[in-house]
Amino acid sequence: MAKITLSNLAHSYLNNPNHDDDYALKTLNHEWTDGTAYALLGPSGCGKTTLLNLISGLLTPSKGKILFDGNDVTELKTAARNIAQVFQFPVIYDTMTVRENLSFPLKNRGMKKDYIEKRVIEVADAISLSNILDKKANGLTADIKQKISLGRGLVREDVSAILFDEPLTVIDPHMKWQLRTQIKEIHKNLGHTMIYVTHDQTEALTFADKVIVMFEGEVLQIASAAELFERPEHTFVGYFIGSPGMNILPVTIEEGNAVLGGHNIMLNAKYKKLNGKIELGIRPEFVTLTNDPFALPVTIDRVEDVGHYKIARARFQNHQINIILNECDEIKSATTHVIFDKKKINIYQDDWRVKP
Amino acid sequence: MKKTRNQKAWFMVLPVLILVAFSAIIPLMTVVNYSVQDTFGNNNFFWVGLEWFEEILASERVHDALGRQVTFTAIILAIEVPLGIFIALHMPKKSGFWSSLCLVLLALPLLIPWNVVGTIWQIFGRIDIGLLGYTLDKIGINYNYTQNALDAWITIIIMDVWHWTSLVVLLSYAGLRSIPDSYYQAAKIDQASGWAVFRHIELPKMKGVLLIAILLRFMDSFMIYTEPFVVTGGGPGNATTFLSIDLVKMAIGQFDLGPAAAFSLIYFLVILLVSWAFYTVMMSMDKENDI
Repeated sequence: MAKITLSNLAHSYLNNPNHDDDYALKTLNHEWTDGTAYALLGPSGCGKTTLLNLISGLLTPSKGKILFDGNDVTELKTAARNIAQVFQFPVIYDTMTVRENLSFPLKNRGMKKDYIEKRVIEVADAISLSNILDKKANGLTADIKQKISLGRGLVREDVSAILFDEPLTVIDPHMKWQLRTQIKEIHKNLGHTMIYVTHDQTEALTFADKVIVMFEGEVLQIASAAELFERPEHTFVGYFIGSPGMNILPVTIEEGNAVLGGHNIMLNAKYKKLNGKIELGIRPEFVTLTNDPFALPVTIDRVEDVGHYKIARARFQNHQINIILNECDEIKSATTHVIFDKKKINIYQDDWRVKP
Repeated sequence: MKKTRNQKAWFMVLPVLILVAFSAIIPLMTVVNYSVQDTFGNNNFFWVGLEWFEEILASERVHDALGRQVTFTAIILAIEVPLGIFIALHMPKKSGFWSSLCLVLLALPLLIPWNVVGTIWQIFGRIDIGLLGYTLDKIGINYNYTQNALDAWITIIIMDVWHWTSLVVLLSYAGLRSIPDSYYQAAKIDQASGWAVFRHIELPKMKGVLLIAILLRFMDSFMIYTEPFVVTGGGPGNATTFLSIDLVKMAIGQFDLGPAAAFSLIYFLVILLVSWAFYTVMMSMDKENDI
């Protein structure tokens, strides 16, 4: 197990990158603390897998360094880095039994026979595969195959980190939950550093201690689930996390108030003078309906019932505002008023959050 | 329950029926017809039952041809399949100029008409004007495929390897290309050796296409006629007289239509039987994968 440091790391798939846009991963400095579960979250093509492959050594970075516990491993091959990786599609050796699959990495490293035997049984117990050890790996279901791939990483005691590349993509929905819980459990018991790539926010938020949100090769925010929800550092984070995402509204700041289309919105704190594109972000959870005639007037276009709550799609002038309503909230007329919880408002300048 | 029957549907399949009848059933039936009759000329035929079949099955000449045929096919498969896999493994993995070039070069022998292949090698091996034969002769190697049986065999085997290994390569290459990158990446992480990658990843994933390659090479080499006929004409002596060459000699050379017809049918059944066995094995392997 190890602390992983990324120092000025950047990667481009082109031979001669000269523009910022040529980079699949833009310059990044970060320290992955030992034993923490991280999730890399972002839409497809945002550079998550690139970052993962750089850490595992399947790719060599165009710029920067990777350090494991202070040792430079940038030029080291995958095998020398003691990394375990679980891929999007389960990778198992078809010709072998589950037991042979699990002992394969140890055998290749020239471990002793009785040690291998003992270790495989230990790991099989930890991921509850003990009862199928002698089955052919070939005929098993996708979730069990993924567990075998994970097990092949876990058998190595010296493993620095376990990387997951969207491991639940091909798993049936009802098994996803179970497998994720199991991975979480393994993390709790064995304490490996885990890095989990996904584009599913529920997966990321429930799995990780820290979530890293990426967009177009750039890391936008590294934070806990609660922080991502309350204080997204970038409008994309606000919009991407949450269902529906944050309402982002163009405003101007005047005398401590935000002005949206001629209407004043009270803020909790004073902001200094801001230039550029100024936006206000408010989560639909913190927008409430009110009878106050001086509040923001909106037109409700439609209401979607998603079971335990309702989403109202409303409009103020041309700006769409989503509101999350309780199941019992009644909407009496199409035109009504809303207020924003001023403590939950974030202000953005050119997409980045500004502190008051 | 009474179904309404519409006999008009029969007319729909009629064209296919006629086509298949003319292309396969009627010619095959004439062969069956010959195989159970004999004639003393004047188009007078009389029934002989299974006499021709008994004669062919007991014929030493046919046994010898069958022996040569099995030997030839076994050698061909033993060379072409491993060689084909070997070449496929060493082709460029990424698509680009080099892999396209390899594919075009490999496909070339497959596009040449079979009798031209025979002619090319017939000339290539001649000691008076052929590049191969002349060179070998000049450097003091006693090579003459028209007189020496071993030389004739070697020439025909090399010719077949040149002609058909590409097929195995192309099929294996397609199989290799379909293996996702993550398998190789996982193998790297597991520190698998090159041999282990081949044995546990590449070979199992190629299994399906390889079986097809072996089946095709078996059928084609078992029926080989044109190329050895052009190169050696079955000689020297009967050294390269494979089943189909022997069959043609019997049917057209000696005009023994009865035995030749019985011979054809037995020949046909052997190929059908082996192919069916292959097919059954393939299907059962597929099923194993699906569980």
